[in-house]
Amino acid sequence: MSTMNRKLLESITDKMSRYVEHFDKNEIECLIREFYVLLGEQNAHGKAVPGLDRGKFRSVLHHAFNITDDMIMDGVFRTFDKDNDGFLSVKEWIAGLCVFLRGRLDEKIKYCFTVYDLNNDGYISRDEMFHLLKNSLTSQPNEEDPDEGIKDLVEITLKKMDHDHDGKLSLIDFVTAVKEENLLLEAFGPCLPDLTAIYTFEERVFKEEEEQ
Amino acid sequence: MGSALTRAAQWTSSSASGSRTLALTLLNQTLLSEILQFVEDVKSLHPQSAEVVFEEPLQWRTALQTSDLQAGYKISDSGVQSEQQDSSGRPLLLLSPPHVSVSCFSLLSELLYLCEDKEAELRACLEEIDKLRGKDRNAKVQLLQLLQRLNKQILDKVLQQISEQVHLHTSLMKNELDSLMLFCGDDDRSLLKSLRYISDFEFANGCRAPPHRQLLGEMAYVAVETYDTEPLYVSCSSRGAFLNKGVKVYEADDNDYEQTGETFEDLTSLLKKKSCYFSQNIHKEDPNRQQLRNPEPLTKWRENGLLSDTRKSEEQKSSSAEKGKSKAEFSLSSSPGRYSPQKSRTPARSRLKEALSESSPESEEEEAEQLERHPETNADLPSEQLRLQKLIKYLREGDQTVTVLTMCSLMELDLKQETYQLAIRDLGGLDVLLNILDTKEMRCIIGSLKILRVISHSAQIQRSMVKMKGVQSLVPLLDISLPELQALAAETLANVAKFRKARRTVRHCGGIDKLVRLLDCAPTSSSLSPREELDVEAARCGALALWSCSRSSRNKEAIRRAGGIPLLGRLLRSPHVNMLIPVTGTLQECASEESYRNAVRSEGMIKDLVRNLSSENQELQMHSASAIFKCAEDEKTRDLINQYRGPQRLALLLSKPENKQLLAAATGAIWKCSISPKNVTKFQEYRVLEKLVSLMSEQPEEVLVNVVAALGEFAKIQENRAVIGQSGGIEKLVRLLTGRNQALLVNVTRTLGICATDMKNMAIIDQLDGLRLVWSLLKNPSPEVQSSAAWALCPIIQNGKDVGESMRRLIGGFQLLIKLLKSTNNEVLASVCAVIAKITEDKEENVALLTDYGVVPLLANLTSTTDECLRRHLAEAIAYCCMWSQNRTAFGKAGAVAPLVRYVKSDNSQVHETTVVALYQLSKDVDNCISLHSNGVIQPLLELMGHDNEDVAFMAAGCVRNIRMLANANKFSKWID
Repeated sequence: MSTMNRKLLESITDKMSRYVEHFDKNEIECLIREFYVLLGEQNAHGKAVPGLDRGKFRSVLHHAFNITDDMIMDGVFRTFDKDNDGFLSVKEWIAGLCVFLRGRLDEKIKYCFTVYDLNNDGYISRDEMFHLLKNSLTSQPNEEDPDEGIKDLVEITLKKMDHDHDGKLSLIDFVTAVKEENLLLEAFGPCLPDLTAIYTFEERVFKEEEEQ
Repeated sequence: MGSALTRAAQWTSSSASGSRTLALTLLNQTLLSEILQFVEDVKSLHPQSAEVVFEEPLQWRTALQTSDLQAGYKISDSGVQSEQQDSSGRPLLLLSPPHVSVSCFSLLSELLYLCEDKEAELRACLEEIDKLRGKDRNAKVQLLQLLQRLNKQILDKVLQQISEQVHLHTSLMKNELDSLMLFCGDDDRSLLKSLRYISDFEFANGCRAPPHRQLLGEMAYVAVETYDTEPLYVSCSSRGAFLNKGVKVYEADDNDYEQTGETFEDLTSLLKKKSCYFSQNIHKEDPNRQQLRNPEPLTKWRENGLLSDTRKSEEQKSSSAEKGKSKAEFSLSSSPGRYSPQKSRTPARSRLKEALSESSPESEEEEAEQLERHPETNADLPSEQLRLQKLIKYLREGDQTVTVLTMCSLMELDLKQETYQLAIRDLGGLDVLLNILDTKEMRCIIGSLKILRVISHSAQIQRSMVKMKGVQSLVPLLDISLPELQALAAETLANVAKFRKARRTVRHCGGIDKLVRLLDCAPTSSSLSPREELDVEAARCGALALWSCSRSSRNKEAIRRAGGIPLLGRLLRSPHVNMLIPVTGTLQECASEESYRNAVRSEGMIKDLVRNLSSENQELQMHSASAIFKCAEDEKTRDLINQYRGPQRLALLLSKPENKQLLAAATGAIWKCSISPKNVTKFQEYRVLEKLVSLMSEQPEEVLVNVVAALGEFAKIQENRAVIGQSGGIEKLVRLLTGRNQALLVNVTRTLGICATDMKNMAIIDQLDGLRLVWSLLKNPSPEVQSSAAWALCPIIQNGKDVGESMRRLIGGFQLLIKLLKSTNNEVLASVCAVIAKITEDKEENVALLTDYGVVPLLANLTSTTDECLRRHLAEAIAYCCMWSQNRTAFGKAGAVAPLVRYVKSDNSQVHETTVVALYQLSKDVDNCISLHSNGVIQPLLELMGHDNEDVAFMAAGCVRNIRMLANANKFSKWID
């Protein structure tokens, strides 16, 4: 940390605080430090990289936020990684966390939709739903088609959420459904941290700074 | 140790080899380590005892090899042996693998010291241990003491563990026994002669059996006397109920505890088998008894008891594991301990029966009806039924994502329909929904609550939820600081707490405190942040739940103790009607307690309650009026109501006569407020009196009761009595005399009595034959009506025309009075005495009639009373009856004089006024004078001679004069002699 250029830190903080609405400057600074700590851990194994890679980010998701499903973790990374270069820059990191930790409902809806939209085509299709829910149902061993339950669930969900009846969920469908029933926000798997996780993370990252 | 081992240790059933082995359970593990500790310590702590040689050596199969033993042992062909020998020359330790035998504790502990797996060794040993006996006399006693101490220690340990499990059993057992006790007695509806516990002492865990029997799962012993068998002595244990050999005292002989018959599921089934009378009649019983009969199948004793432990530890394990581990593994079926319904909750079908057997009589019939109807309605919705079935299946089998999805789909259904509500329960959905409440998944819990909140409107679901211990799951949720969730949980509780058992359960779970804490949200301004809005909503739901709960008086007390009153007072200032309704509802429900009424006044809530009378919302107006109705019993409160312009607002409420509930509450409030003349004056400004009179026809009784009572208060002012008469109120009142509602009759007679002091009104009453109508109410079975009617008769008799004539025409009228003099109610007696005084006043023929009916001894009988009101009117009645000279003598003979003398010594001046008249009358009789004098009447009379009231002074003086004259005459006659 000490090696970090104080000036650089300040300039990034300044720049970011213009884009990010839910964090104050001090918090942004803490997050930047956290970013570089993580990056440092990552670098220990190899040469310098442009940002956090998928593996490191996944371990953060797993350990700090209890998000453990592979497909969801990838989805979250994809959502954070706006430029799709396989690495999270410090800007992507802060912008992502902004929604992730403190987003308003509409921001979170958009975020969740993107996570679930596995192929990034702007729709959550039947297939995508099926993939996301694949492991969610323990099927009885005596059942003929173990996937039948999932397929049925997909149909039930589609019936509930597909307002324009085109057989797939558009962002508008999703927004409408979630606004109607907030519980549908994380409809296809947990991709947001729960309150305790947020609290623990913020406590750790934002407190550390004060101690220093 | 023997008893501890045979009783407590859990043996497996005989294995293939025919010998029993110790089961691998937690309990046995504790036992083993206790014993191991003992054996290891015995050598160092009690060296002498440790050397005592056993009568027979302990023998078991050991894992030790001869090579393990070295120093101090002799190695021979047959194995290793110790150097010590017993009296007959046998070595005290002999090891010939795999067999070993040991004959004293010191060697045993050495041996165990050498073993690698001490517990396994000890286990093998214990399985043979019964042969343990000491020989040496002196040390033997010590050893026995030691063993006994160990025994006790072990038993204590075991008891601790067991008592947790036992707790559940006992409450069920108690329920059953309590219910059965209701059927004991001598009348022909009883099923049993008697049923009693052998011991009155109840341990903290609910058991009544001695501790060493509790270890066997026995909880209590009862003696049952049936109508057709010998007395039965029954053991109630966690396995069920069975006959014992005759446990008649708390610490019975060991043999008495022995089981003599088969084990039944519960006491009821045992009795059914043993007593024909019981089994025949239990089926004949009417439905409301049905509910008590099978309070809870005791099969659940077992289930809940032994499984609960494993379930708990499993849950703890899984929850602690969950913290560190991934949440993705969350799956409803993957943690069976928590989710399989048969563990904590019995399957839906059997629960259906339970729900039926528990409910109150009316709703039971209703439920039965609904159940019959139920399959038909289902037949109309086969596809819906199928869909529901599938959803509940997913609910049970899916992880939290699927659970939430499924619950969202369930919410799509019209859950307000009873068909769906019952179907969800019967398909096992209610189980799952309640189980979800015990998890840590907030989204799932919220989803579950959203469904429960709706379906818990059904009375049947409410009962099922309480049965399935849903309240116990709901209450802890109130502690989670997520206002949305708190609000939902509180709202659900508000629905569930619609019947007594549910309300009691909420209290027992500590729910009242938590609900009261929800009320603690500061903001009362109208602009709120979203977070504050949620808090306010939680507080509102908390108030709703408290409202439901406050119907039980114990809960009222609990709310007060939890500091709920000031919080309710603060919320009462909220600008939101939907908040005010439950808050006012709770307050008016609680205002039946005096502590609340005082608090409502001292916390300044009257102002808010009065202000809400002018709310737009009729429901709020109604609750506010009800609260005022209850609180206005107190004079200071009435003054406050006046100060906050309460009368004006109440007067306005009378203009909405179509809302009967509101009208009843408003007229009630007017009644209580009009007890203060200040308020009456205010009411008159708004012509409330005329409105009340006009309300006296074609209103429901609950309105009439209040209207008539309010008129009574108004009529205390002379002009108002005239107004009532002029506006046709008397006719309406007299018409109401023929009604049946006792509360109404009490108020009507009271008001009529007050109105009868106006001569014009009296003329109307006479004309309508009011005297006869009121008189006939003396026949009413209710003492309140009797006394109220009698009081009303007094002014009517006093002011009526030709009353003497019309009274004598009342057939049996006087007999009725005589009959009421035998009443046990002081109020009735006082009022009847007052009537007697009125009808005998200056009417000697009535005195004669009453004397014929035997009024004198009856009145004389009453003189011993200490009730001041009764004393006053009794003395008056006696005074008038004494106009007839024979009666004076008769009263004296009946012993009425001495008690009457005591009356003048009381400090009630009204009593004095009537008593001196009676005494004066009585003193006209010579014998009475003597007893008056001997009872020390002179001194108090001399004081009364200085009374402000001239009549009193005159009568007192007259009485003294009569006594004095007698004394003089006496002296004179002596002198002559």
